[in-house]
Amino acid sequence: MMLNMVQALNQAMHQEMEKDPRVVVLGEDVGLDGGVFRLTEGLLEKFGPERVIDTPLAESTIVGASIGMAVAGLRPIAEIQFMGFIYLAINQIIAHAARLRNRSRGRFTVPIVIRTPYGAGVKALEHHSESTEALFCQIPGLKVVVPSTPYDAKGLLLASIRDDDPVIFLEPTKLYRAGRQDVPEDPYEIPLGTAKIVREGEGVTIVAWGAMIPVAQQAAEIVGKDGIFPEVIDLRTLSPLDRETVLESVRRNGRLLIVHEAPKTCGLGAEVAAFVAERAMFQLDAPVLRITGQDITVPLAKGEDYYYPSPERVARGIKKIMES
Amino acid sequence: MIKDMFQVLAENGRARPELEPKLPPSDLQKLYALMATTRAADLKALKLQRQGRMGTFAPSLGHEACQVGSAFALQRKDWVFPYFRDLGTYITLGLPLKNYFLYWMGNEEGMRIPADLNIFTISVPVGSQLPHSVGCALAMKYRKEQAAVVAYFGDGATSEGDFGEALNFAGVFKTPNVFICFNNQYAISTPVRRQTAAKTIAQKAIAYGFDGIRADGNDVLAMYALTREALEKARTGGGPTLIEAFTYRMGNHTTSDDASRYRMEAEVKDWSRRDPIERFRRYLRDKGLWDESFEDHVQKEAEDLINKAIEEAESTPPPRPEDLFIHTYKDMTPELNDQLAELRDLLKGGPR
Repeated sequence: MMLNMVQALNQAMHQEMEKDPRVVVLGEDVGLDGGVFRLTEGLLEKFGPERVIDTPLAESTIVGASIGMAVAGLRPIAEIQFMGFIYLAINQIIAHAARLRNRSRGRFTVPIVIRTPYGAGVKALEHHSESTEALFCQIPGLKVVVPSTPYDAKGLLLASIRDDDPVIFLEPTKLYRAGRQDVPEDPYEIPLGTAKIVREGEGVTIVAWGAMIPVAQQAAEIVGKDGIFPEVIDLRTLSPLDRETVLESVRRNGRLLIVHEAPKTCGLGAEVAAFVAERAMFQLDAPVLRITGQDITVPLAKGEDYYYPSPERVARGIKKIMES
Repeated sequence: MIKDMFQVLAENGRARPELEPKLPPSDLQKLYALMATTRAADLKALKLQRQGRMGTFAPSLGHEACQVGSAFALQRKDWVFPYFRDLGTYITLGLPLKNYFLYWMGNEEGMRIPADLNIFTISVPVGSQLPHSVGCALAMKYRKEQAAVVAYFGDGATSEGDFGEALNFAGVFKTPNVFICFNNQYAISTPVRRQTAAKTIAQKAIAYGFDGIRADGNDVLAMYALTREALEKARTGGGPTLIEAFTYRMGNHTTSDDASRYRMEAEVKDWSRRDPIERFRRYLRDKGLWDESFEDHVQKEAEDLINKAIEEAESTPPPRPEDLFIHTYKDMTPELNDQLAELRDLLKGGPR
């Protein structure tokens, strides 16, 4: 069936809730309203208010209560309305969700999914364009997942719900309705921790995720006219990282360009560059290059384009790395 | 004494008969033994810490009645979300004492709560366990289990956002929660008047749409009776309750703290006259349930239990490198495997 990402994610939640009575959904406006982006549409009607819970505006307790539910045997999906509001819950995420398995020596686990729309490119209000995934990637015990297509979105969300560890599931707002793709009706999983080569190529590897995947693809089209055919890797899971897929590609291609919309300094690109330097330094023919958001607060609508990596900016980066 | 506070035992140990919980003599003696054991274990822990055999911990001195009395009202199916000053709670609920010592000696194994006990792990960031207790209660409700969920915390926690959020959630969803605040007058050095301008902590419940009540936290029977009632109300769909146990932290905040820097000796002396154990001892003696030989028996049993626990804790080997890695995720990631291998390799080579 041809579905956009919103529909694919919605279908995944419908199917998993039907199959597993332990799965519950909670968050602000997730019930009656079906979520501000309609991600949870139809769930309240089908599963009732005990499983689809419209909560007070309290991000810390949306996550904190999810932890308590998980300890008591449920598998909650918590929606944080925008990534810019997840900071209110960050103590619960870092101090507890990530650590409980370790603190309890494995007795208490936190199989929760914290879904939140993230990212710029939609000319939104302040706090509605955040891309601070790297914050969560540094926390032992958390998994961080970012889909870039409707197909991956469904398979990754199902895998995340079934995963026994807490997952931060970042949904690129820009891609929610960016296009439709054939998504199988039957449930399927895409294993967490597996990157995917989404465009085969040679001479240079581009590593990206989420909303930067179509940008990297378009950049590849642009440089294709000059006879450059980059390989594009979609990390899909940011933690734990699939280092092997990246290393194999970089060793083959000899050049690495990392694209992310988060600010450059201490972005996940730094980690990718570092492990490539540690393990494939001598297979590199050129210095690693990063094309990223600027180290500034994400601008409001009028200034967003100065911030957000465009296909043209990425294409320039590709040419630069090919010339060095 | 403070007005408008639920009290069964006056400071001289005399009971108000109409409020006395109907407990058999053996249970009354058991309550006493649990409080005495708590105090003995707490004082022993302090000694161990001073000898360098245990790390920093938060002493429970003075909290014996509120910890033991409330925990004694719990049933096995109920859940407990402790904070970090809960020795009497643990002892009453049957957590092996070895776990307590082991944890504060610096071994994560101490927090491996036995599978048959519904006790959550320690929560050090103040107040952050309250949302967990609400989620757990929501789950009990959803699964139609008639179990209540208790969360413990101090007066400092009531200033935290998680306190407001969690109690608000509990009120909205009418969850089977019992929130028990040990108002021991201090959060490290900060007196309770700096936490709130409200007259009581109990009254905060009103704003969240449920009942709050202040109890004499040094009166074990008051704590038992109120908690039992709140638990029963929670289990039968009556919603949450906030209990403020009005007590005093007789010791330092932790073994790293020096309370003489911020509170007057006279105040401590005044509170020492309201000692929870002495008060209950007078009550038992008047009932003919306490004499010197009973005391000797209780102290001997406590000492044996404590010594055995310390021996077990001290003979527990330190964690192996892999013990620190394997509980990060359900399965080891490739990166964790690499780091563990590197650590093992380093250890094999010995110091360089």
